[in-house]
Amino acid sequence: MTSGTAEAPHRALGLTDAEYELIVDKLGREPNGLELAVFSLMWSEHCAYKHSKKLLRTLPTEGEHVVMGPGENAGVVDVGDGLVAAFKVESHNHPSAVEPFQGAATGVGGILRDVFAVGARPICVLDSLRFGTLDSPRSRFLLDGVVGGIGHYGNSIGVATVGGEIYFEAPYETNCLVNAMCVGLAPSERLVRSAAAGIGNVVVLFGALTGRDGIGGASVLASAELEAGDDAKRPSVQVGDPFEESKLLECSLDLLEQALLGSLQDLGAAGLTSSSSEMASKGEVGLDLDVARVPLREPGMEPFEVMISESQERMLCVVEPDRLDAVLAVCERWEVRATAIGEVTDTRRLRVFDEGELVGDMPVEALVDECPLYDLEPAAPSDPVYPPPARRLPDEGDPADTLLALLRSANVTSKRDAFERYDSIVGSRTVRRPAAADAAVLTLAPDGGSGALAVSIDGNGRRVACDPFVGTVEAVLECARNLACVGAEPLGLTNCLNFANPEKPHVAWQLERSVAGLAAACEALAVPVVGGNVSLYNEGAEGPIYPTPVVGMVGKLPAPEHAAGLAFREAGHAIALVGPFRPWLAGSELEQLRGSLAGGLPEPDLAEHAAALAFVRAAVRSGAIASAHDVSEGGLACALAESCVAGAIGARIDCAALLEAGPSDEHPGAERGHEAALFGEGPGGVLLSGSPDAIDALAASGEVRVLRLGEVGGERLELNAGAAALSVSLDDLRAAYEHGVFAPPSAG
Amino acid sequence: MKFGVVQFPGSCDERDALLAAKRFGDAELLWHAERDLRGADAVIVPGGFSYGDYLRAGAIARFSPMMDAVSEFALAGGPVLGICNGFQVLCEVGLLPGALLPNDSLRFVCRQVELEVVNTGTPFTRACEEGERLSIPVKHFTGCYFAPESALEELDANGQVLLRYDAGQNPNGSLRDIAGIASAQKNVFGLMPHPEHAVDPLTGSSDGGKLFASLVAHVEELVAA
Repeated sequence: MTSGTAEAPHRALGLTDAEYELIVDKLGREPNGLELAVFSLMWSEHCAYKHSKKLLRTLPTEGEHVVMGPGENAGVVDVGDGLVAAFKVESHNHPSAVEPFQGAATGVGGILRDVFAVGARPICVLDSLRFGTLDSPRSRFLLDGVVGGIGHYGNSIGVATVGGEIYFEAPYETNCLVNAMCVGLAPSERLVRSAAAGIGNVVVLFGALTGRDGIGGASVLASAELEAGDDAKRPSVQVGDPFEESKLLECSLDLLEQALLGSLQDLGAAGLTSSSSEMASKGEVGLDLDVARVPLREPGMEPFEVMISESQERMLCVVEPDRLDAVLAVCERWEVRATAIGEVTDTRRLRVFDEGELVGDMPVEALVDECPLYDLEPAAPSDPVYPPPARRLPDEGDPADTLLALLRSANVTSKRDAFERYDSIVGSRTVRRPAAADAAVLTLAPDGGSGALAVSIDGNGRRVACDPFVGTVEAVLECARNLACVGAEPLGLTNCLNFANPEKPHVAWQLERSVAGLAAACEALAVPVVGGNVSLYNEGAEGPIYPTPVVGMVGKLPAPEHAAGLAFREAGHAIALVGPFRPWLAGSELEQLRGSLAGGLPEPDLAEHAAALAFVRAAVRSGAIASAHDVSEGGLACALAESCVAGAIGARIDCAALLEAGPSDEHPGAERGHEAALFGEGPGGVLLSGSPDAIDALAASGEVRVLRLGEVGGERLELNAGAAALSVSLDDLRAAYEHGVFAPPSAG
Repeated sequence: MKFGVVQFPGSCDERDALLAAKRFGDAELLWHAERDLRGADAVIVPGGFSYGDYLRAGAIARFSPMMDAVSEFALAGGPVLGICNGFQVLCEVGLLPGALLPNDSLRFVCRQVELEVVNTGTPFTRACEEGERLSIPVKHFTGCYFAPESALEELDANGQVLLRYDAGQNPNGSLRDIAGIASAQKNVFGLMPHPEHAVDPLTGSSDGGKLFASLVAHVEELVAA
């Protein structure tokens, strides 16, 4: 066990001296090497959430559609007609920073297993990715590897990758973020929980062989900051096998379909250690496991290595003894290896045997529930935490040039060259493909349901860096707005909190303010949090990442044929800006390109936003809307340009109404009102187009602010904003927007 | 009219093919380890990554018991449709000439493409018009059709090229823009685009349905005769 250095083994495994003393106290003796390894993983940040658990308890988790909340392998909501949707987002940041292709591929594999572990068939994946700027060769290498790895795994296993987002900012240079979200569907009676039950029942391990990959991953890779010279950690990264997972998925669903399993759990971080302790803890039982029965990929593995291996594509289930033969037969049909490795006991202890010899004996409660939880010591930073971004644009510029530079810039430009590397249609459910609408839309018809699901994943770390509370509120609002644009009402939310080292007071402050924003926004919109993941210690030698909460939502809409796309459709259609949009330059993409990072963002009125979301949702559901697109990065001008390019048709716009409606007096961009109107950002704006009568009817309702801006038509985008005006041809818009992220970086 | 859809470990689009076929007739999955076609009038070898495609796309699936049965069925004149991975399998089995190579971009590509119907005198394309354009998606990494020049000449001369990518639409570098080819007897057809993903305007297009409708018309004519 020991590395040969003078350091105490528990410290090398990431445990503090106080934590070690507590372990000795719980055991009533010194732990042996295996027990120490098991405790170090179960008490790691990754498994125990010891710096975030107290905060996470403040999130709203209840709602009328919730079937399973946080704590299970995935959150589950009722989607009607006897169907439920299971979903979760998880990070695979550190493995992807070491080996981007396999890191991202196994990230997808892991989140798929979380979803089919509750009995749901995965129907789609979305990804939220962050890299350093595209002028860095390392970032381009990571981008190519991560996109390739996501595609390799998702395409091969036949789960559609239907959406996601990619941002490029310097603080992610050495610590990229790879968050993957999966949504699955199940008939409600097929749902299974992970709690082990039934004294004397058999514990069966099925799936891939167990090897030395990922050993120490959970405690070393996921809980320590990456530093230069970390090549020694390379062999720890797991390697994925989507074919094995495809068989494992079909086999697991087949076993559940035949009602052969008592409980099911996937093996993720910390492998057998975490899966077996969690199952025992939830069932309030004990487990006896014999590591000598675990089929190995390589000879000579020590018992502790078998317990903590993170080999991919493995599941653990509990089976009544008289059903064991039937279970093994189903596994054989799918060519999946299955082995009985232990049994359920009434001891409330996790006991590990090696050919019958007891080699580890630990109380389950101590492993799962008794890790000390730490209070954060938050303190708002007195100085800016992040250096300003590199300047790429001058302060003054012709508005047309500014628009084209924004459209070509990494965060705004089309991500089509990434999305086209993903199979977005397998499953025959995809009604709105990536970039066709603000949210992906998947019909429930093949599963016997009515209507469709809408899914979106959102987050903007730079705006959270400007203001952790408001930035997080904005992420929730944007996700809900994307759902509203296709007519969907949110059923539940999952989140991944990517932050730096929470033991530092300013990071603790970011985390605390961000979770407060998440809670406030979820409560205001009545969207329950049904699951999530926390990834801490995301920092490299150059400093911390931007605080990056990523939120994913699943919603329901009644009529998929009415789900609006973002493309303008017909000459003569009227265009309106709907909602409480108050554009600010501070914190915008334009200000980022000009090398500035704001401190503080205006706090939105959540009730006002909730009303606007309901209004947009109802308008889209009525079927009278031709297009819907929310105003986000790059502001109104970029949103209009995107709808023009997607529809291959121009638009004539006058922003007078917007200029009159704001900016307000306290507005820091007021002296540049026309730029704020064109390129300013903020939550709450949706562009709707439709027949002039339909748009007039919306405006006449008086429920929500509806500003008539202009009409669809022609071959140019013509924009008039008081002191500034621009006119750009469709060809120029398209050339700039379709620049993409795999093309050589643009000077803009 | 009954379709049989082969299911290998690692198939991805077998459920899609089953759903699509059920819009036009009866349909059932055929397990790779068995040899019984269960009375199918036409067989679909679907898309996906059979056996993980680790050695070479389609190279392992050709050895399955079910592919033996499908080959016998094809040699007796039964209609067999190979989609994407199914096309690769049919080339590996030798029911179709040529081979599929990795895309010239060396990247997976998923995209709606426009196809031109070149020959309408086959069981798979009889419901189409000569020169008709079909909008059907592709999604593959190994879709670049290759055959020696002499074989390409022969394919064209015999009317075995049934579908071509429209001008500027070739997503993978296939020679002569070939999207799908038939056997000399025209009862075996392989194509890289996914007609089973183009049977409903709600999910993008219904143009692929014409291939299924053609097969149904063909089988019903045989039954009537």
